[in-house]
Amino acid sequence: MCLAVPGKVMDIELRDGTRMATVDFGGVVKEVCLEYLPDLQVGEYAIVHVGFALQRLDEQSARQTLDLFATLGMLQEEFADPWELAAEAGGAPWPDGSGAPQEVQK
Amino acid sequence: MKYIDEFQNPDLARRLLDDIHSTVTRPWALMEVCGGQTHTIIRHGIDQLLPEPVELIHGPGCPVCVTPLEVIDKAMEIASRPEVIFCSFGDMLRVPGTGRDLFQVRAEGGDVRVVYSPLDALRIARENPDREVVFFGIGFETTAPPNAMTVHQARRLRIRNFSLLVSHVRVPPAIEAIMRSPDCRVQAFLAAGHVCSVMGIGEYPALADRYRVPIVVTGFEPLDILEGVRRTVRQLERGEHTVQNAYSRAVRPEGNPSALAMLEDVFEVTDRAWRGIGVIPDSGWRLSPRYRDYDAEYRFSVTGIHTQEPAECRSGEVLQGLLKPNECEAFGTTCTPRSPLGATMVSSEGACAAYYLYRRLDTTTAPLEGSPVA
Repeated sequence: MCLAVPGKVMDIELRDGTRMATVDFGGVVKEVCLEYLPDLQVGEYAIVHVGFALQRLDEQSARQTLDLFATLGMLQEEFADPWELAAEAGGAPWPDGSGAPQEVQK
Repeated sequence: MKYIDEFQNPDLARRLLDDIHSTVTRPWALMEVCGGQTHTIIRHGIDQLLPEPVELIHGPGCPVCVTPLEVIDKAMEIASRPEVIFCSFGDMLRVPGTGRDLFQVRAEGGDVRVVYSPLDALRIARENPDREVVFFGIGFETTAPPNAMTVHQARRLRIRNFSLLVSHVRVPPAIEAIMRSPDCRVQAFLAAGHVCSVMGIGEYPALADRYRVPIVVTGFEPLDILEGVRRTVRQLERGEHTVQNAYSRAVRPEGNPSALAMLEDVFEVTDRAWRGIGVIPDSGWRLSPRYRDYDAEYRFSVTGIHTQEPAECRSGEVLQGLLKPNECEAFGTTCTPRSPLGATMVSSEGACAAYYLYRRLDTTTAPLEGSPVA
């Protein structure tokens, strides 16, 4: 019930003095009240819950978060033993017969 | 869909998981306080992909599940009246009250309607001026602003045949109650992202400080959950306890100011009973005196309610994270989504329903094939 989902604003109109938008949720289209995000514009994305836009989705933040995820493990790849990495990639047992990659890394 | 697909990327999930695996040195118990997050975790098998020492405890994050039995019984009483059109989110229809549910009230002739938005209920009120339209206003801080706006609009447009049966709940007092419980095992919280989209994060530093627990504001896609866990575990391993925002694309520190102003105008804080848990001080909202004319509890005086929970149901323990759904004897036998004993088996956000839906019938089941992060 309290699931909120991202949607894209398609158009905006004033109805009974209330700012309403048509919002596209990947194919499903709904009427959404914009009273809590009065400056939301056509083409922007927002988190929508039970017919109300509650918060604008920030593209730059989303990009930074994904970029951070992509860098995780890069130091590991840069400095780790290439034999270990190759063995891990191929799913082979470790040369010395010890267990899982995580245990070796520790 | 943008903002969803890229946060389900399996390669990035693997990086996050590897980072968590390489960080953890000892057991940690984390609680998520949002039913939406519980479903993501169980659906994608995230709990089973985490290192063994990291345990995810499912908190009381399902608003349907914690709505007190007395309020459900009141709803059924009001919905049974011939002059009433009773509107609700679909999740509430099959929540067991004392002896019956709203679905049965409808079968017995009550005019019970499912709506997507509280504004739909307001529209029904305008279209039916000779009927009393009541909307069942439940939910956490995410749902309170839509309901507040709807009552505000009803007053502004002078729609007098509309009222709200309110049972709103607030997350921070629940976190406090969990930390004060003598059985508490929780060492850190994944805070519910969309609650914070509205409220901001200002309520959390005091809690993190007082109970020395990391609190990480977390989103709902698999990568969001993994990032919440990663940041939490990192803090725990370092002995830190700060509030961090791991869902910055949808959460500003100050929340949504116009929604906060509307909440302040329409509601006032009150003690609230949580089903299966008990009364938590200051944990709810009710309509403020200015909006009393729109309060269904005042408009329809409902008396003589005697509540009775089924003895077999242990949803209270599930809601407090003391019991995993599949550890309950009734789970999957006398209690199923088709014939639920408790609300946690009904709601799309209930932990029992999540375990049943994703076939977590025993604690050793492997993640399902095709899971994006498997």
